[in-house]
Amino acid sequence: MSELKVQIKNLYKIFGKNPKKVLPQVKTGLGKPELLDQTGHVLGINNVSLDIPAKQIQVVMGLSGSGKSTLIRHINRLIEPTDGQILIDGEDVLTMSDRQLRDVRRKKTSMVFQKFGLLPHRKVMENVGYGLEVQGVKDDEIAQKAQHWIDRVGLTGYENHYPGQLSGGMQQRVGLARALATDAEILLMDEAFSALDPLIRYDMQSILLELQDELHKTIIFITHDLDEALRLGDKIAILRDGAMIQEGTAPQIVLTPADDYIADFTKDINRGKVIRLRAIAEAGTPYDGANIPAGTLLNDALQPLAQAPNQTLGVTEPDGRYLGTVSLTKVIGALAG
Amino acid sequence: MEFFEEFPSLGRKTLSGMKQAVDETFKGFSRAYGEQLENFFDPLLRFLIWFEKLLEATPWPIILLVVGGLAWLGSRSWKITIGSVLAFVAIGILDMWEDTMATLAIISVATMLCIAIGIPLGILMSRSDRAQGIITPILDVMQTIPSFVYLIPVVMLLGIGKVPGLLAVCIYAIPPIVRLTNLGIRLVDKDVLEAADAFGTSPWQKLWGVQVPLALPNIFAGINQTIMMALSMVVIASMIGVKGLGVPVLRAISNQYLALGLMNGLAIVALAIIFDRVSQTYGKRLQAYRNGGK
Repeated sequence: MSELKVQIKNLYKIFGKNPKKVLPQVKTGLGKPELLDQTGHVLGINNVSLDIPAKQIQVVMGLSGSGKSTLIRHINRLIEPTDGQILIDGEDVLTMSDRQLRDVRRKKTSMVFQKFGLLPHRKVMENVGYGLEVQGVKDDEIAQKAQHWIDRVGLTGYENHYPGQLSGGMQQRVGLARALATDAEILLMDEAFSALDPLIRYDMQSILLELQDELHKTIIFITHDLDEALRLGDKIAILRDGAMIQEGTAPQIVLTPADDYIADFTKDINRGKVIRLRAIAEAGTPYDGANIPAGTLLNDALQPLAQAPNQTLGVTEPDGRYLGTVSLTKVIGALAG
Repeated sequence: MEFFEEFPSLGRKTLSGMKQAVDETFKGFSRAYGEQLENFFDPLLRFLIWFEKLLEATPWPIILLVVGGLAWLGSRSWKITIGSVLAFVAIGILDMWEDTMATLAIISVATMLCIAIGIPLGILMSRSDRAQGIITPILDVMQTIPSFVYLIPVVMLLGIGKVPGLLAVCIYAIPPIVRLTNLGIRLVDKDVLEAADAFGTSPWQKLWGVQVPLALPNIFAGINQTIMMALSMVVIASMIGVKGLGVPVLRAISNQYLALGLMNGLAIVALAIIFDRVSQTYGKRLQAYRNGGK
């Protein structure tokens, strides 16, 4: 895979009076409820390691209280960890001075928040330009870049409105434009679309995917919504009680859930929209009939398969590599789980 | 059983000795440093005198214009503007113009002084729980101790005059601005502050670009309260030699002149209402963005 942009190594975060003191107990396997019972400390992150590749969307998923928002705040050190390491481009964020850290936050990372976090006393234009202003960029350059991103997220004409005058979806577009305006390579998105209603959320996901096709940022996206995770994530990590329980691509998570917890999560989703033929092709004898691309979603493969002879087709990668065959029965089996 | 009937106090001798010791020490201190302190406050005195002279020397139509202009700038309301001008006209007709100018001078200088000291103090308190822990009880004392009690040491140190009067007014009037600055900054939305942090805002940028602007409505409520409390000190300040509307009130008390007392008292009330309405509407306009207005 491509180079690693962000590496999280054996991260622990314990909230409470004396986290360092109870850390050894956690390291020897004390769980979250036991820790709370015995010491009154709350286990936020429990030995999480995650390699995040550049230019992809890494989704971190979990229910509320699973530590996902805590985790993302460690990457730009809005929260200090109790133990562990965070590397951005190979540099340890945790050993940085305040000044170095500010530089990372200004130039390398930017963030979108669930509650938007817009500055209510500044107009849309000034909000979008905020990151640049903090960096000390010249006014006309700020105005020009801010305008560019306002146009890109579809807010042209709202430059002089205050955030309070906009709907939630529009406010989050401002948040997105503000995050993109600094040209940071890493985009941290903390439940960025969770506060929006489903249609607007879908819209915002589309905007994000569209922008990503062009910008190729390293995006770390936090969500509690599996559909959102499967739609956006190149890679998905699932957290529970602060510990990582599975990490992989969308089909991996759906087809081979690590435990009942994840299986429970995934049982209601529409597999046909997530799994591609690549994941279920049976390697075997060469097939001399028609071929179908490996990237086809199961849903989209049903029709061609039903019409194919023997209801079987060959599966090929875009580069022409032959993967094997797939039959209608096989696809239906995969859809049923 | 004598023990229970009367509280076992220190003997009269010990007590008077203690009181004398305190008095003597303070007198010694005031003899040694009184002059230096007076010199220290000299620029303030000069500024106050200059401002008072300026107000008194300015022709009354210009003052009326300035009052109207400031009221309009602050409130953007015709009702308040016209009301303010009419109040000043009434004050002039009832021959209280000069006293009103003197009161206006001391109130303005006291308010400026309170803002100049109070806002930084409030900011300090908001940034450190320890500072808050130390300053809060001091503010409590300043607000509740009878003003006559701190008039004694102030007069011992600086004598009778404008500066001690000004200090007395400030001691009484400064707590609200300090408290509300502190409160306003502490109440700023944590999510907004986190967002500011995430974009690499330095503490200085955060203070002036985010915290103070968002605390302004509260800070303005503090300024408003400070002005009101300064006005209510006018009569007491006139006891130690401050000119203004308080002097005729004092004269009215000692001679039982009902009309004189009422007129000057009402002039103080008029000033208070003008200051209050103008500064409040200005504070409200500052938070227009909250209601989605312009």
